[in-house]
Amino acid sequence: MPVPPSDIRWVEEPKLGLAEMLYLPSIAQGMITTMKRIVQPKITQEFPEQRPQLPANYRGVHRLNRDEQGRVRCVACYMCSTACPAHCIDIVAAPSPWPDREKYPETFVIDELRCIYCGMCEQACPVDAIELTTLCDLTGFSREEMMFDKEKLLSVFDQTVQRGTDPVRTRGGRLGVASELPPEGGVTTSSTAQS
Amino acid sequence: MIEYNLVASILTIAIVFGAVQGICAYSILAERKISAWLQERLGPNRVGPLGLLQPIADGVKFVLKEQVIPDHVDRVFYLVAPSIAVVTASIALCAVPVGRTTPAPVKPWTGTVAGEQQFLAQHGPEWKQTVEQYNDTYQFMIAPHLDIGFLFIFATGSLAAYAIVLGGWSSNNKYSLLGSLRASAQMISYEIPMGMAILGVVLFAGSLNPEKIIQDQADSGMWNIFYHPLACILFVTAVFAECNRLPFDLAETEQELVGGYHTEYSGMKFAFFFLGEYTHMVTTSLLVTLFFFGGWHFWGLNFDGFLGVVFKLIIFVTKMLAFIAFYMVIRWTIPRFRFDQLMGMAWKVFIPLTLINLLATLLVKHYGLPLLVLTPISLGLLLAAGWFTLVLPPEPQRSPIPFRPTSPTARTVMR
Repeated sequence: MPVPPSDIRWVEEPKLGLAEMLYLPSIAQGMITTMKRIVQPKITQEFPEQRPQLPANYRGVHRLNRDEQGRVRCVACYMCSTACPAHCIDIVAAPSPWPDREKYPETFVIDELRCIYCGMCEQACPVDAIELTTLCDLTGFSREEMMFDKEKLLSVFDQTVQRGTDPVRTRGGRLGVASELPPEGGVTTSSTAQS
Repeated sequence: MIEYNLVASILTIAIVFGAVQGICAYSILAERKISAWLQERLGPNRVGPLGLLQPIADGVKFVLKEQVIPDHVDRVFYLVAPSIAVVTASIALCAVPVGRTTPAPVKPWTGTVAGEQQFLAQHGPEWKQTVEQYNDTYQFMIAPHLDIGFLFIFATGSLAAYAIVLGGWSSNNKYSLLGSLRASAQMISYEIPMGMAILGVVLFAGSLNPEKIIQDQADSGMWNIFYHPLACILFVTAVFAECNRLPFDLAETEQELVGGYHTEYSGMKFAFFFLGEYTHMVTTSLLVTLFFFGGWHFWGLNFDGFLGVVFKLIIFVTKMLAFIAFYMVIRWTIPRFRFDQLMGMAWKVFIPLTLINLLATLLVKHYGLPLLVLTPISLGLLLAAGWFTLVLPPEPQRSPIPFRPTSPTARTVMR
C-alpha cells in the first residue's frame, strides 16, 4: 500500500555547531542522563521472593480440569495429542465408568520437557479439559519427574484453582459435543456444527 | 645514600598488590552494579550481603573452571600472553605512589667530583641528616625515588600491547587477530598524545619523579588541572584508549569481533587478561590523580604525624576510586567510536593539540609569565580546535563501492 505523501516526514540531519565539535558539552549532557538513570527506581522483580504478576492467558504448566463431581473432564478423544506439534501428549483411553461419556483417559501423560507451550492442546480440546496455567517455575531433578501423569495434572488443577489465579475457562460448565454418544444412524456434520 | 629496607619493601609489595587485586576484583563488581543501575536493574545481589562476595565467587569459579586450550592455537604464546598482561600491568604499578610520599633529598648539581667532595666537606653532617631523615620515613610506593618515574611507567605499561598482540596472534583466529591488530595500532597511536600531554606537567615540576610532582602541587596548593585543563582532558581521553575502555574498546568489540583478542581464552587465562586490564585502570587512575589532581594533597586536610599519613592515603585512594567510577559511567554514556575516527582523533587532533599546548607551556616558562596565563590559553586552544573543525571544508565524499550483484536474483540496494 503506498504511503500518502502527507504521512511522510523528512528529518534533516541536525547541523553540528561548536558545542558538538568540542565533544565535551555533549558528553556532559550524556553524563547527566546517565546519572539520572542511576537514581531512578529499579524495575527488577526479585523472582523467588517476588512472584511475577502474570496475565491469565499465560501459557505455563498444563492442568487437567475436573468437572462439578470432581471427575476428570477429559473424554480421551485424542484431539490434543493430534494437535500437539511436539508430540508430547500420550493418552491411553479406556471405556468410561460413567454414563455421560463413552471413553475416559486411563493414563494421560504430558512430557513437560518436550512441550513447547504453544497452547494448541487447549485450543483443540472440545470439552475444555486441558488448560495451560500461569505456573511458570517448572523444575525437577530428573526427566522421569517431568513426565506429568493424570494425577499430577489433576493436582495442578486443584493447586491453581485453590490459588485463585487461574479460573476455569469452560463453556457453561458442561461437557461439549465430543462427549455425547453418537446419535443413531451416524454423525451428521451439521448437528455437530450447530451445537 | 638512600637505603632500602628489605622488609619494608616486601611488605609494601605484598600490601600494594593485595590491595590492587582486591580493588580490581571489586571494580568488576562495581562495573556490574553500575551497569545494572544505569539499566534500571539491581545487579548481582545474591552472593553475600548486597552481593559483596560476588568477586570471591567469581574468582573461585575462574580457578575451578576447566582449562581449555583449543587445538589450533600456538601453545607457547597462547599461554604466555595472559601472564604478560598481568606482569606488565603490575610492573607499571610499582613506580606509582599510592599514599604519602616525600621527594628524596637532592644534592645541588656541582658538575665535578671535586665539587661534590667540596660540598660534602662543607655540608656533610647536614646532608647525612637529611638522608637519614628521608630513609626513616615510610614511602607509600613500591619503588620510591625513581627519577625516570614516568618514562618507566609508560614504557612498562605500554608493554601490555604485547600481551594483546601475542594473545590475538597465537589464538589462530581471525577475530582475535583483528582485535589484536586494532589494539596494537590504537595503543601505539595513543602513547604519543598520552606522553606529550603530561610534558607540560613535567616542565612545571622540572622532574619526571612522581613524588616531586605531587610535592610541587601540594606546596603551592594549586593542582595542575588549574594550569593544564586541556592537557588533563587529552590525557584522560588517551588513557581511555590506552586501557581499551569504552568508547575506545575497539580491540574487543563484541558486536564485530566476537570477543576480540580474548575470543579463544577462558577460565583463569581469561581472568588474567581481565586482571591486567583492571590493574591498568587502577594505575592510570592513580596517574591522573597524581599528575593533575594533586595526588595525596587536599586543601585543609594537611596533618602531621600518623593522622596525616592516614589522611593522605585515604585522599589518594578516594580520588583514584572516583576516577574508576568515572570510567564506568563514561562507558555507558558514549557510544563506541569507529576505528578510523579513533585513529583520526589521535593523529589529527590530539597530537597537534598536545604539541601546541606544550609550546604554550614552554613559552610561559621561558618568558617567566604568571603561570595562570596557561589556563585561558588551554581553554582557548580547545575552543580554537572546535572552531577550526567547524570552518574546515567538508571532507570529500568517498566514492561508494560499486554494487555488484552476486547472483542474477540479487536485488539492487539503494545506497
